[in-house]
Amino acid sequence: MVRRSFSGFLVLSLFAGCSRDPLPEPALTADPGPVNGDAFIEASLGDPSRLNPLLATDSASNTVNGYVFNGLVKYDRDLKLVGDLAESWTVRRGGLEIIFKLRPHVRWHDGAPFTSADVAFTYQRLIDPKVLTPYGADFALVKSVDAPDPLTVRVLYKEPFAPALESWGMGIVPKHIFENADFNAHPANRAPVGTGPYRFVALKTDEKAELRANPDYFEGRPRIDRVVVRVIPDGSVQFLELRNQSIDTMGLRPDQYIAYDAYFRNHNKFRYPSFSYTFLGFNLRRDLFKDLRVRRALAMALDKREIIDGVLLGYGRSATGPFPPSSWAFDPTVPEVPHDPAAARALLAEVGWTDTDGDGVLDKNGQPFAFTVITNQGNKLREQTAVILQAHLARIGVRVDVRILEWSSFIHDFVDKSNFDAIILGWNLGRDPDQYLIWHSSQQGEGRYNFVGYENPAVDRLWEEGRRTFDRSARERVYRRIHRLLAEDLPYVFLYYPDSLPTVHKRFRHVEVAPAGLGWNFREWYAPKALQRYGLADQ
Amino acid sequence: MTAYLLRRGALTLVVLLGITLMTFLVMRLAPGGLTAGATDLSARVSAHEQRKKFAAAYDLDKPWHVQYGRWLKRLARLDFGRSFKDDRPVLDKIKERLPNTLLLNVLSLGLVFLLAVPLGVLAAIKQNSVWDRAVSVLVFVGFSTPTFWLALMLMMLFGVRLGWLPLSGLHSLNADEMSGAARFADAARHLILPVFISAFTGLAGLSRFVRNGLLDVVRQDYIRAARAKGLPESRVILRHALRNALLPVVTILGLSLPDLIGGGFVFETLFAFPGMGRLGFDAIMARDFPVVMGVGTIAALLTLAGNFLADVAYALVDPRVRLAGKRP
Repeated sequence: MVRRSFSGFLVLSLFAGCSRDPLPEPALTADPGPVNGDAFIEASLGDPSRLNPLLATDSASNTVNGYVFNGLVKYDRDLKLVGDLAESWTVRRGGLEIIFKLRPHVRWHDGAPFTSADVAFTYQRLIDPKVLTPYGADFALVKSVDAPDPLTVRVLYKEPFAPALESWGMGIVPKHIFENADFNAHPANRAPVGTGPYRFVALKTDEKAELRANPDYFEGRPRIDRVVVRVIPDGSVQFLELRNQSIDTMGLRPDQYIAYDAYFRNHNKFRYPSFSYTFLGFNLRRDLFKDLRVRRALAMALDKREIIDGVLLGYGRSATGPFPPSSWAFDPTVPEVPHDPAAARALLAEVGWTDTDGDGVLDKNGQPFAFTVITNQGNKLREQTAVILQAHLARIGVRVDVRILEWSSFIHDFVDKSNFDAIILGWNLGRDPDQYLIWHSSQQGEGRYNFVGYENPAVDRLWEEGRRTFDRSARERVYRRIHRLLAEDLPYVFLYYPDSLPTVHKRFRHVEVAPAGLGWNFREWYAPKALQRYGLADQ
Repeated sequence: MTAYLLRRGALTLVVLLGITLMTFLVMRLAPGGLTAGATDLSARVSAHEQRKKFAAAYDLDKPWHVQYGRWLKRLARLDFGRSFKDDRPVLDKIKERLPNTLLLNVLSLGLVFLLAVPLGVLAAIKQNSVWDRAVSVLVFVGFSTPTFWLALMLMMLFGVRLGWLPLSGLHSLNADEMSGAARFADAARHLILPVFISAFTGLAGLSRFVRNGLLDVVRQDYIRAARAKGLPESRVILRHALRNALLPVVTILGLSLPDLIGGGFVFETLFAFPGMGRLGFDAIMARDFPVVMGVGTIAALLTLAGNFLADVAYALVDPRVRLAGKRP
């Protein structure tokens, strides 16, 4: 059933002329257009744990939830916010009030109608201290959510909050399922009921999650019949499964991306910048890093080109600040810190760091210039970055020790407690540029994200202004200013923006990379009948 | 005998309690804390806040003896608590994996015995011959080959190049749609590589044991007597020598029973095999205390039960054990 005969298409492809693809394309005229059917097999390193968008923090659960649930709004191909469960919305009183008009006739997968009560219920759970959700921060500024009628939701804010609209992309959960039950331990968290393009079918722990197209989806039935998320905990094995066509998609590491063509005989590779960056952060509470000249010297000693070539094999871009190049907040005119070891040495000498005893390590008042960089285990790219960076800094006489820590103790005992000299880490970013939680001086203290202890009143004010400003071009000016100030202050050395390197089986059509990445139009993807690999046995 | 059993049973309980207490303390003393499944930082997610809520919801903010006390109380009702990861009962999670791990380990242990005994015998009767050397080299190659490497190589060969066997998992995607027999054949195909690899890498110990055991036995007087009677060599070895040489092997079999429920983490990860090794390892990495305690307790329980049964068996055959401690 799975392997279909190719011989019929070989003939076709001869007539179709020279095709680069070993998997023959049916002649274009023979393609009768979008058809339903087939299955899309994804691979996940982890096992989906909670199929509830409010409780899930692991990427496997988020993947599944993305198919099953909808928010009120979503990002379209060009990263513009458009309605999802909401048909339209109006922002009033300078952002203090948002009124969502909901789409009529939307039904939950069990047939119950979707109404504004579900939205209000979802909000109540998000701010409920007993609910184990990490997503409450975005809703802390909400004063109230009420539902004047079944298709209207009115949200009042204590103060204007520009990322508010984006935050309503949070998946909405059904009130009638969770009402009067323990939200955290509800069986529906393992058998979700949503409004999304796919309905939940089965979840087998550490094996797979299976979904089926929702024929009543409000935007229209998705073309692909089934989505299966297979749990394959090892990246190398995923790669072999990809070559065997047992999975249809996976995110590649750079070394996999450049592997033999044999691996990609049946898959197309894609490349686009990801919404994340990797950085070297300094603990600004340590005397060693308090002087900007020291931070600048360390930044100048790094050869970012070599790091990107060595670690990402060139599949990434040198970073200048906290916004990725594909964000509207990114300022392309912010200059790079030049790579100049000689100038770095001179700058350090200015601060008093010279090699007086000739041991190759700079010293001052008898103390060598030495510090420890920590990063987490399990992320090869970060580990390699640490090692390359260690060599670069050794060239200007700075001794760096690298310490690689298991994730749980890394977070609890080092990051949360700001217990480090310097740190290599990455941030996954939302599409909205607001990073108040990472940079504002109020966001220090155990478990908060300003763990480097950055304090700059001017930057604080700008983050506050960015949150209050709804006008896009005014906001853009704010963030560009922040970008420049952070690039000058160097609380982090912004290292690189890695590329996303996904791959998708060639039989799928309408697979298109847009500013939003891949999969934004998954509902339209289809495989021509003749190339479909999976049937739908039981129905 | 009853007194002995009672004494022995009570002791086992105390040991079990001690093991759980040690596991509990070690987990609490370990650096780090629960991670709630996150493996990276996201700017819009306040993971710390979530961890604090978790701590409150699962009593992690209480002193350790209170936590341990509550855990014991639940255990008395055979309730191992719920996993932090997905809020499912720990017992359910273990029940789901245990059969898979048992299946794999019983098969590979069976294969080990099936291969190790003839190999050991062969090596012994042809001591210092080419055969002996070849067997030695083979089993030690198996012993010293890293499992992950061998697994990946064989996956490349049989899974990718030849396409004979599936790469990973225990069932095909469409297994639910298969008939009983097809489903069985499908699982069997998935098990070939894992079983072979774990057997191959575990062959060395046992085959050497059989070889040396047999070499000891064939030097005994009764073997010389059997040969002197003019029995054919095959009968001497198989009927007279091997039977006695296998006695210690049976002891080893008993000792390896607890291993049956243990799973190899690396191994299960590579083969995407839903077994006990991954369950335990993932739980430790995520500081999913209830699962760690559950897996630890059940493993300890089975090990102790095995020991207990062995002791009872000894007692039955050996009065010195049974009567020890009693005044003459």
